[in-house]
Amino acid sequence: MRFWRKVLAITWKDVLSEFRTREIIFSVLVFTLLVIVIFNFAFGGGQNTIQMVAPGMLWITFTFAGVLSLNRSFIIEKEEGCLEGLMVCPVSREGIYLGKMLASLLFMLSVEVVALPIFAILFNLDISFQLIVITLLTTVGFVAVGVLFSALAINTKAREMVLPLLFLPIVVPLIIAAVEGSGLALSGESWGEIASWLQIIGAFDAIFLVVSFWVFSYAIEE
Amino acid sequence: MSDSIPLSSGVEVQELTKTFGNNRALRGIDLQVTYGDFLIIFGPNGAGKTTLLKILATIMKPSSGEVRIGGLDLKKDAEEIRRRVGVVTHQTFLYNNLTARENLEFYSRMYDVAEARQRIHEVVNTVGMATRLNDRVSTLSRGMQQRLSIARALLHKPDIMLLDEPETGLDQEALPMLWQALQNEEQKKRTVVMTTHNLERSLELGNHLVILAKGKIVHEQTGISPDLSTLRKVYEETTR
Repeated sequence: MRFWRKVLAITWKDVLSEFRTREIIFSVLVFTLLVIVIFNFAFGGGQNTIQMVAPGMLWITFTFAGVLSLNRSFIIEKEEGCLEGLMVCPVSREGIYLGKMLASLLFMLSVEVVALPIFAILFNLDISFQLIVITLLTTVGFVAVGVLFSALAINTKAREMVLPLLFLPIVVPLIIAAVEGSGLALSGESWGEIASWLQIIGAFDAIFLVVSFWVFSYAIEE
Repeated sequence: MSDSIPLSSGVEVQELTKTFGNNRALRGIDLQVTYGDFLIIFGPNGAGKTTLLKILATIMKPSSGEVRIGGLDLKKDAEEIRRRVGVVTHQTFLYNNLTARENLEFYSRMYDVAEARQRIHEVVNTVGMATRLNDRVSTLSRGMQQRLSIARALLHKPDIMLLDEPETGLDQEALPMLWQALQNEEQKKRTVVMTTHNLERSLELGNHLVILAKGKIVHEQTGISPDLSTLRKVYEETTR
């Protein structure tokens, strides 16, 4: 119980800080909406073409928006040595990881909650429950790995460059599964058709949540 | 909180080493700090002072050697050690976008401080920051931020204080406040380990002195403080 109180304190601190500055959500949301609008003009063809490219467009947008968001995740901890401040607190490194992960997940989901309906309206697509589940599960896996690599990148000089270089190759299987699953969901396919992609996403989430949880302490120690 | 296990001993360090690639920052440090002692660590830049303090604060893991703080093993009981240690460095560990109160509330939760509201008022009064509690940290002067950082470090009534050049950024008014807070806060006996460049002032406070050079202890002295000129001479000879 004490552990979770500290995890939630870290999450709440990040949310409060973000509420004051709106640095992450505002910039990521603007980026996301701009990309969606540009894609909307670029692929102005018939509905069949849009149906075909929509899943790719959606996940390209969310992937790069996510990288933008994750880049900021540890920057507030680096100012005034706050990461060291967290490290001298009586909370395990895993607790710090979970607190930061939950905050990043909230920020990403907030952006997706706004962007997904706009995406559906602009491209004249239906948001099915399957698509929502795929988006949610993919975001969990994405953030689980992203927070780990964000912590790794924070101690490097070119951190904005390092994060995507390290992180994107790892999440490629997750993004491919999300694109394929989203394509089927947008075509109105049943759960049975989507199940195999959901299993891949679920397996990725489970594996990388556990791995990131255990590896995080090595990532933040110099 | 820190009352659960009594601290019978201060800090014990045996054969401590730390390497970064080919760079050996600490080369076999042996150190014994009795509970209640005020240890001053001097040394030129790059001597390993901050690395030693970071290891004691459990921020960094040693490459080899043994460290016991209050009888607890650094490798096995790091979380329990953190509960008993307060850290002040030239960085404040404060979040600029949050108010002073929000920062102290956050750290109170992290340290499981009982009756946090009351304790926050006590520590901000100690550092003379009671009127600025609702101000954002980013609006405070550097000196004010450093005072708030002292309040943060005292929140959980630590048995051991680790101070890494704490006078950096502190205004003239705040320096005596820090020394007084360290000595008098609730008349609590505590062990202090401090790195500093302020030889004169710290000699008045410390009763145990160590000079560190190239990752090694080159001079150690307990009890009677030497006069400043003798110490400067020893410092120059040992760090040459």
